[in-house]
Amino acid sequence: MSPPLLSVAGLSKRFRRGDAMIDAVSGVSLDVHAGETLALVGPSGSGKSTLARLILRLIEPDAGTIRFDGLDLLSLRGAALRAARARLQMVFQDPHAAFNPRATVARVLADPLRIHGIATRAERPAAIGRLLEGVDLPASFAARAVHDLSGGQRQRVAIARAIAPAPKLVVLDEAVSALDVSTRRRILALLADLQKAHGIAYLFVTHDLAAVRLIAHRVAVMDRGAIVETGSVDEVVGNPRSATARALVAAQPRLPARSEAT
Amino acid sequence: MSLLAVSDLSVTHAGATAAALSGVGLSLEEGERLAVIGESGSGKTTFARAVAGLLPPAARREGAIRWRGSEAPARPGKDIGYVFQDPSASLDPVVSVGRQIAEVVRTHEGLGRAAALARAAELLDRVRLPDPSAMVHAWPHQLSGGQKQRVAIATAIAARPALLIADEATSALDTIVQAEIVALIRRIVDEERMALVFVTHDIALAAQIAGRILVLKGGRMVEAGPASQVVGAPADPYTRMLVEASTDTASLVEVRGTGEDDR
Repeated sequence: MSPPLLSVAGLSKRFRRGDAMIDAVSGVSLDVHAGETLALVGPSGSGKSTLARLILRLIEPDAGTIRFDGLDLLSLRGAALRAARARLQMVFQDPHAAFNPRATVARVLADPLRIHGIATRAERPAAIGRLLEGVDLPASFAARAVHDLSGGQRQRVAIARAIAPAPKLVVLDEAVSALDVSTRRRILALLADLQKAHGIAYLFVTHDLAAVRLIAHRVAVMDRGAIVETGSVDEVVGNPRSATARALVAAQPRLPARSEAT
Repeated sequence: MSLLAVSDLSVTHAGATAAALSGVGLSLEEGERLAVIGESGSGKTTFARAVAGLLPPAARREGAIRWRGSEAPARPGKDIGYVFQDPSASLDPVVSVGRQIAEVVRTHEGLGRAAALARAAELLDRVRLPDPSAMVHAWPHQLSGGQKQRVAIATAIAARPALLIADEATSALDTIVQAEIVALIRRIVDEERMALVFVTHDIALAAQIAGRILVLKGGRMVEAGPASQVVGAPADPYTRMLVEASTDTASLVEVRGTGEDDR
């Protein structure tokens, strides 16, 4: 079996809050394999977003190692780190906050094409059109201002931007949590299709077990900075063992499967 | 006589060309629990605000809202308590928790300062906050999101309203805290025999808390009826989609569609 795409070992991060030190992430180890979706679930304050930010190297850990695509991610600097970042992308919760609101969609999508040297200036309009098509938006959206788009459309643009440099792993931090039910399902379906087409792995950070059931292969449950349970979706959602996973499953509002006989 | 009777209610916000709400009618009995569900732009918050008398003055309203059979509107805060989505925005950051609640008590119940503070502590106990006599002196920033929402609920019920409106009151909370707050709201409306209008985008949550469900889409009523019927045998395709998305057997097959329809 090939080594994992992402392998995190003993990762720790403490923050100071007033006089106290908080162990936001303490000794976390996890693997994500190529082409799979690992859901990272937990209550608020469990450390899941901090862990995601550590993996993205948006913040630096106090201890631990991150191996990504055969590289020691924490040792990379400068051009080597930039090159690794092309293969390690992210989509955050709030599509309103993720962009300069006055930018056009074309501007937002031109950035990764330029930064990662994917398309020349002349090739960019066509490349942008293809990126939009890939997320089910018409090419005419390139001229639209980001603030004119709905939340779901903005999230599609964020996904297009993330997949532009052909990443191997995309960290989705509550990426569909703020969306309406129908939009959320369409975007989850899009993400699943993109994964099949391009073999992208996802680290899907969420507190929404319904979304986990729809898109994830495996689940890691986090609480108070530590991973308390991992397993397949059926194991963790169907038969949770840790107190945290049991509480998350019990708290999830859901309807029983409907019988067609009525 | 119904507690609340809404007929042919339409609302157009200032500067908007399309109506936020068109021709919505329904009635609510004493102690009844109604969930209003819909996605963004459905008009669910406009409906709740109109019922509570909290529409901006520039909004144009047509139709009738009768409170206990009378044209005289319900008194906001006194007859109707309102809990908003964002607990941080609904509390004044520089006023202690106890004083915020006491202010409502003094305004609507005419109690003196000391009696109002004692009642505030009692209300904090009713919403199950620990150590209520110390909690009255706490500042909003010292509380978690769930604790703030408990304070907002205590404030909303301080004047013993006959109707509590919870407008996406649990949407900003994580799943576990959401379940606790929903249980609290249920218990409080039961104990105080209040009617409830629970506004949410989550049909599964609606079915847990309400006896009746009103489904709104684009400002219009799609479906209304007993929760068991709306969820068990939805008549409208839109309701059916919401139900299917919330079941254990939901799947992503054939839902990809196009981004032009995204909200």
